[in-house]
Formats: sequence, C-alpha cells, structure tokens
Amino acid sequence: MAISMTEAAAQHVRRSLEGRGKGEGIRLGVRTTGCSGLAYVLEFVDELAPEDLVFESFGVKVIIDPKSLTYLDGTELDFTREGLNEGFKFNNPNVRGECGCGESFNV
Amino acid sequence: MALLQIAEPGLSPQPHQRRLAVGIDLGTTNSLVAAVRSGRTAPLPDASGRVILPSAVRYLADDIEVGHAAVAAAASDPFNSIISVKRLMGRGLADVKQLGQQLPYRFVGGDSQMPFIDTVQGAKSPVEVSADILRVLRQRAEATLGGELVGAVITVPAYFDDAQRQATKDAARLAGLNVLRLLNEPTAAAVAYGLDKGAEGVIAVYDLGGGTFDISILRLSRGVFEVMATGGDSALGGDDFDHAIAGWIIAQAGLSADLDPGTQRRLLQSACAAKEALSNAESVTVSHGEWSGELTRAQFDALIEPMIARSLKSCRRAVRDAGIELDEVEAVVMVGGSTRVPRVRAAVGELFGRTPLTNIDPDEVVAIGAAIQADTLAGNKQGEELLLLDVIPLSLGLETMGGLMEKVIARNTTIPVARGQDFTTYKDGQTAMMIHVLQGERELVSDCRSLARFELRGIPPMVAGAAKIRVTFQVDADGLLNVAARELGSGVEASIQVKPSYGLSDEEIARMLQDSFAHAGDDKYARALREQQVEAERLLEAVQAALAVDGERLLDADERIAIDHEMQELRERAAGSDTAAIEQQVRRLSQVTDAFAARRMNDSVKTALSGRRLNEIEE
Repeated sequence: MAISMTEAAAQHVRRSLEGRGKGEGIRLGVRTTGCSGLAYVLEFVDELAPEDLVFESFGVKVIIDPKSLTYLDGTELDFTREGLNEGFKFNNPNVRGECGCGESFNV
Repeated sequence: MALLQIAEPGLSPQPHQRRLAVGIDLGTTNSLVAAVRSGRTAPLPDASGRVILPSAVRYLADDIEVGHAAVAAAASDPFNSIISVKRLMGRGLADVKQLGQQLPYRFVGGDSQMPFIDTVQGAKSPVEVSADILRVLRQRAEATLGGELVGAVITVPAYFDDAQRQATKDAARLAGLNVLRLLNEPTAAAVAYGLDKGAEGVIAVYDLGGGTFDISILRLSRGVFEVMATGGDSALGGDDFDHAIAGWIIAQAGLSADLDPGTQRRLLQSACAAKEALSNAESVTVSHGEWSGELTRAQFDALIEPMIARSLKSCRRAVRDAGIELDEVEAVVMVGGSTRVPRVRAAVGELFGRTPLTNIDPDEVVAIGAAIQADTLAGNKQGEELLLLDVIPLSLGLETMGGLMEKVIARNTTIPVARGQDFTTYKDGQTAMMIHVLQGERELVSDCRSLARFELRGIPPMVAGAAKIRVTFQVDADGLLNVAARELGSGVEASIQVKPSYGLSDEEIARMLQDSFAHAGDDKYARALREQQVEAERLLEAVQAALAVDGERLLDADERIAIDHEMQELRERAAGSDTAAIEQQVRRLSQVTDAFAARRMNDSVKTALSGRRLNEIEE
C-alpha cells in the first residue's frame, strides 16, 4: 500500500510548508460528503496521530490515516494548472465514479 | 475536475462545540426519538414518561392531537384520525385507491399526483400528516435537550424507493427538521449494538414487526458498513400470530367463523394478550365469553411455526442474494416487538447457528442506532466518522435502441454511487437524444418501470456514431437519483432529479425481481433478437444512403439487383423473430456490398487527389 506525489506536487507542498512556517507534511484523506458520496481531504499536518501512516515523496511527507488509505491506495497527488486555476489533483486508481465537479467520488 | 487547495488541520468549522442531534424512528405504528446524552444513548420520554409516540394524528377543528389521544379517537372519529400514514408516503392517488378498501379515509386528488386525505382541517397530504408526527418529536427533543436541534437522522425501511425517501425528507423539512441523513432501519439497529466498532464480519438484521418482516444482510469491513442484501415479507408479522391464536380460540370454543367486527376485535385483543404473556410464562389461560381454555407455549409455537418458517425462507434467500453462506453470518440482531417471542429467537438462532442479540429493547433499537449516527454526523465525535453504505433495491438504467433496458447501476449496488456510461447517436445529423430512465431487472423496456424522461438537445449534427454522450447516474446517500447527460464534444447537457410521482411497494419490488428470474431465458432471447433487429436496421439505412448517392454511378445493373435482393431478404427476416436468420442475412448483405464499399472508398480518394500536385498532397 502506498501513496505518492509527483515532483511538481512535492515542490509545491514544500513551498507551501515553508511559507506557512510550520508543519510535518501534508495529509491526504477521505470524508463522507459531496455529491458522489466521498470527498478528498487535503490538509497541513502539525501533529501526527498514532494510527497515521507516513510516506515520503521527493523529500516531503505524505500522511494518511488507515481508513482513508483503503480508498486512496495507489493514489498519486499531482499539481496542475488549468487556465488561470492551479491546484492539486488526486490521481486515484480506486475511483469508479466521479461527480461532475470532480470534488467527490466513489469507490 | 476541480483543483484542490491545502486546508488547515481539522478544517471542520465546529471543532469542540457540542451540537444537538437526534435519531428518529418514524414507524408505521409507533415512532420514537432518541439522543446521545453524556455518552449514553436512550429514547427520550414525553412528559408522562412514555417513550413511544403512536404514529397517529387526529385533526380537530382548531387543534391537532398526535399520539395516544389520536389512537384512542380512531374508532369514534375515523375520518379525522389518521393512522399508518407511512404506508401512503410517496404513493400516487392510484396506488392509494387500491389500498383504500382497507383504509377508512376520504381521499381527494390534489394538483399533483399526491393523494390528500379529507379532514375537518381540509385536505392533508401524507407528507403533512407525517410532518405533524415529526414536529411533536422535535418539540419533545428540544424541550428535553434544552436547545435547538442542528439536525436529525430519520430511519426508513431498506426497501423505500426514491419517492418514499423524498416524501420522508419533505415531511421532515415541513416539521422544521434538518435531515442529516436518511438511514436504513436495519443499519441503524446494527449501529445500536455497536457492531460497527467490531472487527470485520457479516451481520444479519431480523426485523419482525406487527405487520411486516424485513431481513437485511450487512457487511462490515475496514470500518465501512455496507448493506449487502435485503428481503422480507410485507404481509408477515406479530398480527399474524394474534390471528393464529384467535383462530385457535374460535376452533376450541366452537365459535362460528363469521363474527361481527366488535367480537373480532375483542378476540384479537385476548389473543395478543395471550401472546405477550407466553413470552415469559409456559402457559396462559385464555377466556372468551363463557369459554375458557389453556394455551401452552408449545401449542403456540406450533401455531406460529408456518409463519416463522416463511421468515426463515426469506432469510436464506437474502443470504443467497448477498452471495454468502449462512455460517458466514457472525452476528444476528433482533428488531421489532415480535422478536420477543421465544420460539422466534430460538428458530433464528438455529438457522444462523448463533444466539441472536436481544439485550437492547427491540422496539427502541432502531431509534438508538439513528441517534448514535446523528451524534456522529453532527460532528460531536472527533476523529470518528462512520461510513454507512446502503444498497439500491432495483437496477437503474436507460432505454437504448430497440426498446432495450441498458442497466447503468445494478441492483444491490451500495450507495452513494455514481456511474457513467457513454452512448452515441444512431442517425446521421441527429441533434437530440431522448433519455428514458428506467428501474427494474428485465431486458425489455416494456417490462421495466419508467421513472423519468428528458431530452438532450443541441447535439451538433454529426455522422451516426460520432457524438459521444456521457450519461451519469448518481444516487446520493439518501437514495435519491440524479441523471445527467452531456455531449462531450460541445458540452451541451441536460439532467433530471428523479422524484417519481408514486412509489413502489415492497410487494411490487419482490414481484419485479421474481419476474426477472422467471423470465430470464425469454429475456435473453428477446434481447438477442432486438439487438439483431437494430443491427439489421442500421445496415439497411447505411446501404440505402450509399445507394442514393453512388448507386447509379458505381454499380452495374446486376450488382444493383443483387444488393436490392439481399436488402429485401434482410427486411423480411428482420420482421420475423429468428435471431440466427437475421444475423446470417446481415452478414450476407455486408458481403454483397463489400465491393461497392471498396469502390466508393477508392472513388472518394481519387476525387480528393485529382488535379493536385504531389507536393500539395504531401503538405
């Protein structure tokens, strides 16, 4: 089981963490909401929970709880630009369906 | 796809604020409201200390009575005292008229398809009546908990369809309740026993109420709760036990079978009392008028054995539907007052090979589970999020060429779910597409239930098969269906939220399922035939179009006659029902037109190239 980041995503996370001045890494997760049932969580991490799993990509820590990992296993976090909009994108191989806005999904 | 930004840790806006939320079991006969208080979950009692609120509403000229008073008035004021309104939720006027024989109300048609009950306060819809029940429960909860509710989890039977779920939500809104989630009753019962905290495993929920029986098979895996299958019998319950005892009394006392309604009611009351007494006593004295006799538990067990056997049969079927074996069930939860009967507990225990869970009051267990879920959803449990997945009872799909039902979401798929499928245009220059949303298990549209129709317009004219239309079916956590269609090239889209004008009863669902099993062979054949017929039509149209353009120019008389002959043959065969013959002729027509197609291809290449220099072509 693993979670990874593209180099572009790792760079951006590192810059964000530096700008923020603190933080262990970035948390990827899943919560139950959104029009397709599940929604991605993307947060800074200041404190690790005991059950958290930590992966490392290009020197940046990716933190995830075991429950979310079942939905996100194999996911690669990417950073992309679409027109004027830029941000992170979950490339999640577990997704079977997505809502139109792409912010929620189901597995 | 929207791009995400990183949020601060614990982005939820209500970090430590306690938020009041309740669970409501909105039952056919009785309703309850429960809440988590100081870590304990319990039903909330009314001012008299009663936790059960009978689901009955009586309309008076300038007042509304809900609960015990309304039940008491049901006999004296039947038109204005509404009971069992849950049976009318999400139903159309036509369905209700069928039930009308059993219900004493005066129904009137409204502007919509919804049935209205004529009372002294005017016409009341089932949604309004349910809202009156919910309002009483909300007021009780707010008074008990000392504040406004942020929301409620309301339970519904697992077999409730979209219309019935929507009607329940509408009733809650009308009662001033924010619905956090509609939760299936069996799922709530499993949550009440804390089975979601356990290890992985399969759980059976056996719910035997007064008039209905439901069995649900749930699976818990990796902290995720999922309903694998549901089944049951809508005409089986504790009332049948009463009737069995009443029948025994009639036989023993030598009464004539046709009794007046008053005697019948008294007889059933004594029968019910005897049944309840036998849960603790080994025998009970039953008397009716002059007659009096002794009913032992063994005799009672024998009387109800056929009914218990029926329920066990449903259990086996649900287990099979879930694709598991009986011995894989690791816990059995008992719900409903009739599971107090010792023989029921024993029989269920024998079937599953383990003692059923009975230590939570079977009348309260659903409301308690709903309350636990409400507490979690309201954000009171830090770091703990319960994922509850339910299933859709019947497959959802749409109509494709030839009147075939294309299933997009299969029955027993866990919700929430979203599935997309790509479709294309059938004719050259087609600019609109009709999306016909269907529910059912059969292959032909005419055998399925039509939920909705809508049209996707503004598709840019293209040759047949070039447009790519993605149709997305989305069923949310409450079981409501949203269908959207989008032409991917141009981006035109259309969508519909399905709120069918009337619902399906669980008998109808059961019938639709049985039909699909009974007709599996016919359906397979019918589908194959329709597919070949559509294929034949498609080929005929394509050849016809090609002949119209190049027929004169590229074919000699004999070739033309041969093609016309094969086309005529295909038309005749397509009108028949021999699938293999149509398939064969489709192949033959393709072969006969091969040379013609090749010539057209060469010709168009020649036209494109003639009169141009080599270097122009290379560009």
